[in-house]
Amino acid sequence: MSKELWKGNEAIAEAAVRAGLQAYFGYPITPQTEILEYLSRRMPELGRAFVQAESELGAINMVYGAACTGSRVMSSSSSPGVSLMMEGLSYIAGTEVPAVLVNVMRGGPGLGNIAPAQSDYNQAVHGGGHGDYPRIVLAPASVQEAIDLMGLSFDLAEKYRMICMVILDGSVGQMMEPAEMPEMKPIVDRKFEWATNGAIDRERRILSSIYINPPAEEVANFRLGKRWQEVQANEVRYKEYFLDDAEFVIVGFGTAGRVALSAVRTARSEGIKVGLLRPITVSPYPYEVIDQLAGRVSGFLVTEMNMGQMYDDVRLAVRGRVPVEFYGRTGGVVPFPDEILGEIHRIAAGHWSREADPRVSWQTRMADVISEK
Amino acid sequence: MQKEILIAGFGGQGVLFAGQVLAYAAMDTGKIVTWIPSYGPEMRGGTANCTVVIADEEIGSPLVKNPPAVIALNLPSFDKYEDMIQPGGVLVVNQSMVDRTAKRTDISTLFVPGNEIAEETGDRRLLNMVMVGALLAAFPEMNLDDVKAALKAHLPQRHQKLLPNNFAAMDKGYAHAKAQLEGVGVR
Repeated sequence: MSKELWKGNEAIAEAAVRAGLQAYFGYPITPQTEILEYLSRRMPELGRAFVQAESELGAINMVYGAACTGSRVMSSSSSPGVSLMMEGLSYIAGTEVPAVLVNVMRGGPGLGNIAPAQSDYNQAVHGGGHGDYPRIVLAPASVQEAIDLMGLSFDLAEKYRMICMVILDGSVGQMMEPAEMPEMKPIVDRKFEWATNGAIDRERRILSSIYINPPAEEVANFRLGKRWQEVQANEVRYKEYFLDDAEFVIVGFGTAGRVALSAVRTARSEGIKVGLLRPITVSPYPYEVIDQLAGRVSGFLVTEMNMGQMYDDVRLAVRGRVPVEFYGRTGGVVPFPDEILGEIHRIAAGHWSREADPRVSWQTRMADVISEK
Repeated sequence: MQKEILIAGFGGQGVLFAGQVLAYAAMDTGKIVTWIPSYGPEMRGGTANCTVVIADEEIGSPLVKNPPAVIALNLPSFDKYEDMIQPGGVLVVNQSMVDRTAKRTDISTLFVPGNEIAEETGDRRLLNMVMVGALLAAFPEMNLDDVKAALKAHLPQRHQKLLPNNFAAMDKGYAHAKAQLEGVGVR
């Protein structure tokens, strides 16, 4: 197959179709709407189900119902819409059925704006719905990576009977890049032993997230916990740039990681030995590689398009051995490479933050740029 | 090699498509490329811009603060981006929509009467192709034939009849810019 110029959102939609998506349920919201729009045309053309629900709550609960049949199903939305889906997401997790949810993140909190942001990291990775539940979260930084991860998301969701979220910021959704689509996969009945798809000539199956007896709920939570250990052991993915001889390392996912790459290349051309680690799975998080790096580098710089959310995960892996600096832009503002380069120059000159939480120093440094006036 | 082109104007002037034509040409000639639009609410009738990054290796930031090449289709874009261009860069201005000359002397500013050329060629909607042609006269990283080939290769069948006019618009923009570069030089 040759490369075509694909817009991120449409590429995600087509990649899901080619991975065997059987049913899509969603509700429009910028900057994600092209996924829905594309599928509204494409799914009926293939005789597959497309429903524009009455709301995000409707959409996620339709996903829940369809997922129980063992079909490949998904929804997509953007930040405020994803917030509305959190109850349904918890039910899906509690019922242990596979589902894929794409969040094309925009500036928040609240209604915020429609510009690119990464401020739903904590919601996706650490929080979201109620109760103890693990979930897989993939964070593509390019159109090709988004295509590849969409295919993977369905496989992972089914393998682990778990929610798989794909989080990207609005700019990955809106940009066009040359990319190669995978071949169209046939729709197959995977004959899941749990699927409620018509009890003809077999015992009736029941899927539910209700465990009215607390010890039974505890057993269920331990089952999820054990499954999560398998995910952590087998599914961590990340990309390394210039790490071999790096003296300090930038960590950034999605677009923030890409912007950092431009800065790292410029710094390298100036002879500064800085590397970049770009997590592709942000849940499970690449703790181990950061742990190993912390043993040999002088420090880290975390760059994000939020107030410093993934920052906590990096610090968890570093365990206080070396400084972990932070630089972010938020509210829908995308950093330019020269901003990250400025941070690299500061660190290369040995000017590490003195505060216990370097996010405080960062906010102080930003005072000239960001003002209430 | 990495080069960035920023195209800016009013919604409806063909800003986004002009960028896509360049992106297709870059892809078809084996380059790595990103095309990213401004997609705020201001698109509806307000200003529109897109950035095209062309490179030989994996592209980092899809946005750039100081591009080496800008096409400004109206006065607000001329005002906004003239200051941001890298020294030594090129700025192609739609002369039909501006009422001033260049402020900077450390970049090449080419004034092309895009609206008039497009109308002469048969359709004022050809403005974007006139301006793409003009840029290519001062942008050695891409050549006019590759861009024409890309337009032909990616234009849907039902629009192929529009190719001769689009090619003519590019040629006229290119010739106008070329004459300016060789004649009065930097303005």
